[in-house]
Amino acid sequence: MAMMRRAPHCGTGLIALGLGVVSIVIALFANPALALAQAPADTAVVAAASLAPASGLLGTDVDNDAGRSLALTWKASPDDSVGKVVGYYVDRAEDPTGPWQRVDSLAAGVTAYTDQSVRRNTDYFYRISTYNLTQVVPAGSVTGPLRATSQWFNNGRYSVLVGTILFFGFVLYFMASAQSGKKPFVRRIPGIDAIEEAIGRATEMGRSVLYIPGILDIDEIQTVAGLVILENVAKLTAKYETPITVPVTYPIPFTIAEEMVKAGYLHAGKPDQYDPNSVRFITPEQFAYVAAVTGIMLRDKPAAHIFMGAFYAESLLLAETGFSTGAIQVAGTANVHQLPFFVVACDYTLIGEELFAASAYLSGDPKRVGSLKGADYMKILIILSVLVGCVLETMGIHGFTKWMETQ
Amino acid sequence: MKRELPLLMTAVIGLFMILSFFVPHQWVSVPADFLQATAIVVVAFGYVLGGANVLRINLDAISKRSPDWQYKILLVVSLLITVGVGALDGIAHDGGFLNQGTRSKWIYDTIYSPMSATLFSLLAFFIASAAFRAFRIRTVEAGLLAVAALIVMLGRVPVGDKFTGFLPDALHLSVMQDWIMNFPQNAAKRAILIGAALGVMATGLRVILGIERSYLSGED
Repeated sequence: MAMMRRAPHCGTGLIALGLGVVSIVIALFANPALALAQAPADTAVVAAASLAPASGLLGTDVDNDAGRSLALTWKASPDDSVGKVVGYYVDRAEDPTGPWQRVDSLAAGVTAYTDQSVRRNTDYFYRISTYNLTQVVPAGSVTGPLRATSQWFNNGRYSVLVGTILFFGFVLYFMASAQSGKKPFVRRIPGIDAIEEAIGRATEMGRSVLYIPGILDIDEIQTVAGLVILENVAKLTAKYETPITVPVTYPIPFTIAEEMVKAGYLHAGKPDQYDPNSVRFITPEQFAYVAAVTGIMLRDKPAAHIFMGAFYAESLLLAETGFSTGAIQVAGTANVHQLPFFVVACDYTLIGEELFAASAYLSGDPKRVGSLKGADYMKILIILSVLVGCVLETMGIHGFTKWMETQ
Repeated sequence: MKRELPLLMTAVIGLFMILSFFVPHQWVSVPADFLQATAIVVVAFGYVLGGANVLRINLDAISKRSPDWQYKILLVVSLLITVGVGALDGIAHDGGFLNQGTRSKWIYDTIYSPMSATLFSLLAFFIASAAFRAFRIRTVEAGLLAVAALIVMLGRVPVGDKFTGFLPDALHLSVMQDWIMNFPQNAAKRAILIGAALGVMATGLRVILGIERSYLSGED
């Protein structure tokens, strides 16, 4: 729940200010520069030609969080606009009389701050001190108590929740429908069909297949998709008795890739042909990985290169090197900015969602195929939402667009 | 049980992480943060397996005198030196093995970083060779691609507007390239992104529901 309070405690503030002035003036006489740099947060430095303090400090609990932040706003010192202010200190205390803890220092011109270091359900008091090279002037009053509380639902994500429920509903419905015998039609995807062709060609040439499941860790869903396709590819290489090499960047995908290749050989009925050296951990470093993989391409000359997953700058380095070796190349990625490179350098490219559809397409499993149909229905809904949004915006009705905005 | 327990854990944790996107309360956000931190610890152990794999494969190739085995000696020695120096620097600098003045920092700055930059710079030549193939006009689509690319490339440099300065504003190359980038290009890109995002959600749901389960093991 948002709070917006401003509770002045001028009396105690002035007493503290007076005591602070005495102690700091003594310190300044001893070593002015040092005293300013090391001034504790509950002291104030005021010189004769006083700097005008910041004013109007307001605080509020930040919405839609776990109760770990408070937002502050204030009016800049009048001296800020004429360049006399160096910045502002944000001071915090659990009691209006202090002791004050300095939370942060901000540049001149800044009039808002979010304190993300508070404890939830704890009362805090704040003050803003204005400073320049010779003075630190606290505001005449403190603001508080302010309390950060946590919320049970993020109000800015209603539209995402509705979309997620609808999407999951579609997918689950079509999975159940496919399982009951109504298997949906899936169009041919030439890029996926080409995988078997590429492996067949490698078999004819007596050379290996190189499979690259992207360069990111397992928390990237494209890596998961790439590894799921790997099992089907391994099944085919096992069937054709063709060696496969899988260089991997991160350790967790490496262990999963080992399982996938083993599973492929097992499901093809040839577990004894599995080569434990076929899956290799290389390095998470992008260009060191490129050096290793291009080395494999040039030394071992695999006849087929399959790139499935998340790729960045290395996409063209790998695909062009692969092209120069004459290998048949199939790529798939959802990283839009890398697609043109793959389209140019590879024989077949899976674009965006085709990468995620590949495992369903290859397995033919009704449940997986059903999930594709669910995604198609969601796309229709998104297209309708875009059209409705365009019409409403044109008519000057902004409610739908506002509701779709997320935090 | 060997498969059911991991599937149950995947489903429960997956649904919990989806819930944490909508519920910011500490009863949900704190365990969700903990789970993400746990993943980092698991990854750290994974590096031991990865390092062991690198050593096993390369030492095996050295012992069998496989082709180019001499390079594998270099790789193993470099790996051991880098790890050893990093460990010693870490002990000496309280974990800050890449602090200024450490030997690891020297290795990074003088060996790794230049080699990485060298490899990255090769991209310019690869782009040139790929562009040469892409812009060969053999079909109508390839012709459209070449024309669009020409407009965008020329429209982004000052000389482009010099060529078209005498034409109406709408036909200036800089205006035309802006239009290509903002409308057809953006529309196509967003369509791919929406499709990919739904694919991500569908794949995630299949993993949570245990439909994509082959990552667990090869045994049914």
